[in-house]
Amino acid sequence: MQIAPVMPKSWRVDNKPHKFCPGCGHGLILKCLGKAIDELEIQSRVIYGCDIGCSLLSWDFFNLDTVQAHHGRTTPVMTGIKRARPELLCIAYMGDGGGYSIGVQHLVGAAMRNEKITVIVANNTQYAMTGGQLAPTTLPGQKTETSPYGRDPGATGMPFQGAEMISAIAADGAYVARGSISHLAQLTGFLKKALKNQIDGHGFSFVEALSACPTNWRTDAAGTWEFIEKDMAGYFERGEIKVPGQKEATADA
Amino acid sequence: MPETTRMVLAGEGGQGVQAIAEILAEAANEEGRQALYIPSFGVEQRGGVSVAFLQIGDHAIGSPKFLRGDVVAALSDRAVRRIAPYAGPETTFIYDSAMEGVADDLPRNAARVMPVPAMEVAKKEFQPRVYNMVIMGALIGATGIIPLDRAKTALEKKLGYKFEKRPQLRELNFRALERGMELGRGGMGGGLN
Amino acid sequence: MSEELVIEEKRVFMTGNEVVAWAALAAGADIMYGYPITPQNEVMHYWSRLAPRYGKNFLQTEDELSAGFATAGGVMAGRKAFTATAGSGSVLMQEPMAMVEMMRLPTVTVVQQRGGPSTATVIYSQQEVALTTMGGNGEGMRVVYSTAGHQDLYDYTIKAFNSAWKYRFPAFVLGDGYQAKMREPLTIYEPEKRGITLLEPEPYVGREGKPGQDRPPAQYRNTYNLEEELYEKLMSDIRDFEKISAEIAEYESMHTEGAELVIIAHGIVFRAVGEAVSNLREQGLRVGGFRPVTLRPLPAAQIKDLVAGVKKILVVESAYGQMARLLKETACGAPCEIHTMFKPGVGIAAEEVEEKAKEILHSQ
Repeated sequence: MQIAPVMPKSWRVDNKPHKFCPGCGHGLILKCLGKAIDELEIQSRVIYGCDIGCSLLSWDFFNLDTVQAHHGRTTPVMTGIKRARPELLCIAYMGDGGGYSIGVQHLVGAAMRNEKITVIVANNTQYAMTGGQLAPTTLPGQKTETSPYGRDPGATGMPFQGAEMISAIAADGAYVARGSISHLAQLTGFLKKALKNQIDGHGFSFVEALSACPTNWRTDAAGTWEFIEKDMAGYFERGEIKVPGQKEATADA
Repeated sequence: MPETTRMVLAGEGGQGVQAIAEILAEAANEEGRQALYIPSFGVEQRGGVSVAFLQIGDHAIGSPKFLRGDVVAALSDRAVRRIAPYAGPETTFIYDSAMEGVADDLPRNAARVMPVPAMEVAKKEFQPRVYNMVIMGALIGATGIIPLDRAKTALEKKLGYKFEKRPQLRELNFRALERGMELGRGGMGGGLN
Repeated sequence: MSEELVIEEKRVFMTGNEVVAWAALAAGADIMYGYPITPQNEVMHYWSRLAPRYGKNFLQTEDELSAGFATAGGVMAGRKAFTATAGSGSVLMQEPMAMVEMMRLPTVTVVQQRGGPSTATVIYSQQEVALTTMGGNGEGMRVVYSTAGHQDLYDYTIKAFNSAWKYRFPAFVLGDGYQAKMREPLTIYEPEKRGITLLEPEPYVGREGKPGQDRPPAQYRNTYNLEEELYEKLMSDIRDFEKISAEIAEYESMHTEGAELVIIAHGIVFRAVGEAVSNLREQGLRVGGFRPVTLRPLPAAQIKDLVAGVKKILVVESAYGQMARLLKETACGAPCEIHTMFKPGVGIAAEEVEEKAKEILHSQ
């Protein structure tokens, strides 16, 4: 006998189980997102955008109208839709390569203009779909296919503080937070608040989600957990960074 | 006059060559004639010579680019050097007689090389700011390309909002324009070659 | 409150960029996304002044990538959206246009060609033909109208919106810096009053109803898992494109019948050719002119007919053979001599064409 897993109502059930690798963080983030959409009852109004890389595997993931773009350009596609039809709720979902490297100008542009869209960046410290290369978020000393001896911050810099950067440039009314797949209730809460911020028309909303890639990390379950909770946590602090109406939000551990 | 009159105007930024070309083109268009005006612009346009290409005729105008002008007018020494190549055996080449040291740069193949004392006239008889009106008048005088009243109407359209506030400006500009026409018609010092 | 747009039919005298803004209004465009680059800037300037008056929108994006992708978003939302670019901006524009081709989105892009490669000049060229017709990593599933002046800019900008929405391929209006900046007369009009029916846009996403409950979700992707899956999708698009090509293709010809030499040019260069052909015929020379108005798809049947029946062809362009390559592909195997006059990045005068034509005619 098989017990059907509990899925958010906004998920498509006809094409589950999903296509992500075992242990991948995407499924968890998208579960939190699905729950947030369900709880806010906005399924009819949401346009979901995913990017190139592993996030593209979610192009038919939800019972949501969906556009799959690439290179972080999902942000301007959602901007284009939002500007044309402000009543729609636009979500751009991408990895740290699209969000923080090749498409970072779009994230910066959207945040500066306070576009009323929600961007979610999954941070798994490397490029996963392409086989595990160095990303802006790679930790010092972390081995990837293009930093085989470990990331040398002197040569390639320190892990990029994306959420903090967005918080620094976004206008009042923007919502910025960082959650993690290791704290699902908190992550769901952040996603809900981010979407609520768009619904209320306050401004840009942004959530970085610390994610996992056991395939490229080459970790077992315990190793994966340790990497997120210990190694990543040392560089990426969880919590709300910018909340409308609050000048400086305190980290919520 | 040929079927289509082709003009090249060049000067320093601020001398108003683009405004002159635009007004002439607008005036011709208002008359129901064909006109094509194109400014030549480069990345260095703010510090360089400003060139305007203008064609007026009775039939649809062809390429915006042409090799020889019927009238080629230069308002500065750099402008003389820049647009002298547009002069040919049928060209009237107009330049301001106030500029010095251009004798060697004037085109030798032009039908007519015509110095016009526009700067001198503008300074002595009016104000330096109406220099471009004197030049425009001289061009109209030399070519008959548009009737004077059309030029005035076009000016009114472009500068009317200024004239409203200061009616004496209208008078000043129109007089400068008319004086320029006399200079152009007279062909003062024409036929050097 | 926004005003109702009424375009009284009249002769106007303006720059080409202003013409494009008015044409987009006349075509019922809802929103423009753009990024500054000379010589198209004034399209944005005029549009951003006019748009709010008529309840329309403008967004200046962070770059041309964003402008193109946001335009894609705008049409997916069911609005007539357009952008304008040039030069190195056209290069960036290819990435969004590749996605647009893949998803068959009816975007309209106005390209005002400037000198290339790279920054080059801000002035003029015909060097964006290859990029506009075949740019991106696809098969050039695009409709490209090459305009030769202001009336064309007005007519074909309106037509580009209709073609894009009718056939669901991206449409381009290929102008140039001369057309962008020059002033000449044209007649503006309301398309409906000329019997042109403007197509209504339809949303790709965000239709009524709850996806998965009231209707299936609308899901658009760029990505295909298997070679065969992609092949099938592409071949279906290619067949669609080939089927409609003859219907879309447009050309202009003058005195080609019985001509000994036919001069071929597109866009503004054809105006120099037209002038040269008239002058040459006055001199008793049997010279004709041919202009492909659509560079993609090309008027292939007419080109094949033309090259089969004429001894000599002269191809003239302000690029080093970008259009000639397209022509040669279509005319492949024709017995006629093909002469060329390529002047990359500079304008071409009628006198030059005339001289070259005489040289060819006298060289037998």
